[in-house]
Amino acid sequence: MEDKIIHSELASIRSLMERSSKFLSLSGLSGVMAGIYALIGAFIGYKIVYEKYGSLVISDSYSDDALVYNQLNLIAGVILLLSVLTCLLLSIRQAKKKGENYWNPVSRRLISSMAIPLFTGGLFIIILILKTEYNLIASACLIFYGLSLISASQYTFLDVKWLGFCQIILGLLAAQIPESGLLFWVIGFGLLHIIYGTVMHFKYNR
Amino acid sequence: MKTSLEQFDKAFENRIRLQIMSVLLANEHYDFNSLKELLDVTDGNLASHIKALEKENYILVNKTFIGRKPNTQYSASEKGRKAFIKHLEALENLIKQQKM
Repeated sequence: MEDKIIHSELASIRSLMERSSKFLSLSGLSGVMAGIYALIGAFIGYKIVYEKYGSLVISDSYSDDALVYNQLNLIAGVILLLSVLTCLLLSIRQAKKKGENYWNPVSRRLISSMAIPLFTGGLFIIILILKTEYNLIASACLIFYGLSLISASQYTFLDVKWLGFCQIILGLLAAQIPESGLLFWVIGFGLLHIIYGTVMHFKYNR
Repeated sequence: MKTSLEQFDKAFENRIRLQIMSVLLANEHYDFNSLKELLDVTDGNLASHIKALEKENYILVNKTFIGRKPNTQYSASEKGRKAFIKHLEALENLIKQQKM
């Protein structure tokens, strides 16, 4: 056997092992988009609260105002939906561009490993809302999202894990300083997503 | 040279068999259709190579049904795992020897 043939054989085995166990079409651009949605949403939310109360500090003092909270919840829901849709669409497009099937055992594992912490977090946040414990919502969003990223990272780029750790740290800080919850939320979902998405885009997607 | 050639596993002489094994080592299990898509081979081709690996007891087969559709999952056996790693080591040794 020729040296070159063995080299290419080993390289193809390596790439096959990676392709078969990791979903590598995750779009970096969708991270940037999610960050932008989060920033726009947070800005609208800020305006609603600011116009009504003249301050950004979310406290129990106006937790009785159902209208404001409903509006904020609606904004958060729309951001979440838009972000997930963008991520799915762009990743599917990326997979198609590479000539890969986007619905394979790895993408299924990726989604299910993300879904468990994410749904747990979603339910936890709904419970917080029902109990009018608004203080910890931003923190819970960040922590559960971070956990779902770490759990998903074994089926995609390892960089996702670091994003997850950062989100968890921000979430814990937000729990410690609930008055600045929105600020941490903006850093985590807005800023970090944009930075991470840009890095991923230039590192893998081009 | 000759000694290292003897370490090559006959079962892995075929490229597709080696590819099947590498997928099964990287994953806990893989189903027939996804494997077919990933390796870009025909039904019959994949089935015959899988049968060959099965005969060597290199892979384990788990047949189930999802609704009425058959869903066959394959995983690497301990024996297959060892054989694959040995084969790769032999390949790497060959490269090292040729460099000297």
